[in-house]
Amino acid sequence: MEVDSIILSRIQFAANITFHIMFPSITIALGWILLFFKIRFNMTQDEAWMKAYFFFTKVFALSFSIGVVSGVTMSFQFGTNWPGFMETVGNIAGPLLAYEVLTAFFLEATFLGVMLFGFSRVPGWLHTMATFLVAMGTTASAFWILVLNSWMHTPAGFEMIANVNGLMQAHVTSWWDVVFNPSMPYRLIHMLLASGLTASFLITGLSAYRVLHKDRSDSVIKALKTSIILATILIPLQIYIGHEHGLNTKEYQPAKLAAMDGTWKTQTGAPLVLFGVPNQEHQRNDYAIEILYLSSLIITNRADGEVKGLEEFTEHPPVAPLFYGFRLMVGIGILMIIVSWTGSYYLLRGKKLPKYYLYTLVAMTLSGCLATILGWYVTEIGRQPWLVQGVLTTKEALGSVKSGMVLSTLIVYLSIYTFLTIGYIITLFFMARRAGDGGQRDPEKQVITGGERLATINKTTG
Amino acid sequence: MVEQTIIDGNWLPYSFAFLMCLSMLIYGVLDGYDLGVGMLIENANWHEKDRMIASIGPFWDANETWLILGIGLLLVAFPMAHGIILTKLYLPVAVMLFGLIFRGVAFDFRAKVPYQQKWRWNNKFFYGSLLMSLGQGYMLGSYITGFDSSLAGVTFSALIAVVLCSAYCLVGACWLIMKTDNTLQEKSVKWAKYHLVNSVAGLVAIYAVTPLMNKHIFDKLSSFPEAIFYLLIALFTVTLILWLYRLLRKMPMPNDRYCWLPFAITTTIYLFTFIGLAYSFFPYIVPNKMTLLEAAAAPESLIIMLYGALLVLPILIAYTAFAYYIFRGKARDLSYD
Repeated sequence: MEVDSIILSRIQFAANITFHIMFPSITIALGWILLFFKIRFNMTQDEAWMKAYFFFTKVFALSFSIGVVSGVTMSFQFGTNWPGFMETVGNIAGPLLAYEVLTAFFLEATFLGVMLFGFSRVPGWLHTMATFLVAMGTTASAFWILVLNSWMHTPAGFEMIANVNGLMQAHVTSWWDVVFNPSMPYRLIHMLLASGLTASFLITGLSAYRVLHKDRSDSVIKALKTSIILATILIPLQIYIGHEHGLNTKEYQPAKLAAMDGTWKTQTGAPLVLFGVPNQEHQRNDYAIEILYLSSLIITNRADGEVKGLEEFTEHPPVAPLFYGFRLMVGIGILMIIVSWTGSYYLLRGKKLPKYYLYTLVAMTLSGCLATILGWYVTEIGRQPWLVQGVLTTKEALGSVKSGMVLSTLIVYLSIYTFLTIGYIITLFFMARRAGDGGQRDPEKQVITGGERLATINKTTG
Repeated sequence: MVEQTIIDGNWLPYSFAFLMCLSMLIYGVLDGYDLGVGMLIENANWHEKDRMIASIGPFWDANETWLILGIGLLLVAFPMAHGIILTKLYLPVAVMLFGLIFRGVAFDFRAKVPYQQKWRWNNKFFYGSLLMSLGQGYMLGSYITGFDSSLAGVTFSALIAVVLCSAYCLVGACWLIMKTDNTLQEKSVKWAKYHLVNSVAGLVAIYAVTPLMNKHIFDKLSSFPEAIFYLLIALFTVTLILWLYRLLRKMPMPNDRYCWLPFAITTTIYLFTFIGLAYSFFPYIVPNKMTLLEAAAAPESLIIMLYGALLVLPILIAYTAFAYYIFRGKARDLSYD
């Protein structure tokens, strides 16, 4: 029963966090892109920017609310399924989560109301300000969460002291070291860039879909161009920072890196395994396709550098999910380079985007979400069997709830998440289609007259 | 006694207990009204539903955040209690979360799906609100009984679940009296009266049963001078309830005078009930098992959170007030532009 409960609880938390991360990874960057649209409107008074703003505000609102509710669910699951986590490291995790709620959550939740429904009620500058504060809130939220998550991978700035009952608990010795723990800068930037790419491809995808539905209005083209250019700039940065993050992992979690690379034996001049089937039993990769020396070159900067293999570690994370997950994520990254750079090439040459290209963009609408999820799988499964590296194992944190109970809630959660994910995607494309039908600025409003719109514009800019 | 508390350093956990209670109380009022509105839409017509949801549109997201703060403070300041309480409440918490998920997404989906499907999401909004309130009520009931899972305990918790729904509907209806006009306002007055009677009946039942379910509370009630305190609370509450009922019978008044008063009175009733409850449990955080001091996090962690809270809370309250100011007056149709 014990084993069942831990597996079920892990699946439940994984399902929750998988579902959850899609939405913040969209909203963190989308907030800033919306601010960009708003500022462009303020500068140019071009109505098209405002149309783009309003359309993607709807996407933002929908994603945000799903992100909030799934996030709340997660914070409750700390207590319901993993009480050992807070009991052991609550002194560190607690204040970080508290600061997230205090400095980020309230900010975004409150000003979201102003940003969404306040356009005709507050002066233009205040509406821009609200947009800024919402973007700021989502980013601050990401900061605190990534601090905590990084600390779980590379804990620092604490000591373990037994309480009266003999339970070892983490006590802070330096908040600076806790917050700026060794992997935090890499992980945070990696995640922020991932969010930028996720939002970019979401915008390109939905805009391409609108173009394919014969909506070539200015606002659609402007959004499309902005996001293609953004993706073009972000993807090389992301690959660079991903590489740096990998080197950081080599330093602090070498077993994870070995599993990602599928390196079983410590060797010099290690090859890069392009593809293969990890074989745990025989400690090797079957059917491997390799590039000689490349792994050593990437990791140590020298073709004959030594790369540590999984044999060095008595306990290492499961290899297959890391090995495949990492390759899929990098694969999507390479696709992103090809697609975004091709797009920029068309734009630079002033060419019309061909149909096949638009279809590709539509297909890649959620590619960023997928890559983000895969990346999280790699890093989180890569920490197993630890929950907090070297401090607390996942098993130790498990609560006392019966496995039958966990199973029933798990089934409900899975059905809700499946239903909502499908509903979300359908609704996104439905909104994109409907936005194109009548050329209105706000598809949520059934009728909008020219005079009314002009009045609003005059009021907010005058 | 105060000096002793300061010397012992116990003031820190107690301050956090106060902050936690404060945010749960604020949550009860703020999310209470939007959950109440969510449950009341079942009795409204198509157009009224839109108006009612528009009245909570700009606020509900921030309202819900108080729950995260309340539960967050429990989690961060009293980590040992957090695990025990939430493990015991596994099922009602799960039910509440299912409700919370549906309610939150329904709010956005209902405005974005094809018009023909809107009623489905209205339904989900209603059921989400209902589940969430029932879940919270059951949690509260179960907490009061000290997580008694016998038939009596379960029945009592179920009773509290229903009463809390009614109390949320009451504050929701009072919110609508303030934010709407004409026929919807008249309807809201009716709802408020109906749910006031229901909540009071429930409240009386709770007052009668609680001391029997919880020995610690029984001991407090039957000792002097604690009994005086309870008597005062009861007296205030009864006066306020009577005042509210008389007021509601005269509502709506000419020129919409005092349209805000029922909401204010209900909030005060909430306050007194809450103080009564909090006083009953003190000094325990897990009823009769673990005290606040035993469950508290380390002082160095509490102090850094206290700095943050003292710095941020005033700003937070200020911009929350500002948001309410921006969307003051009667609810209008919501639109993004």
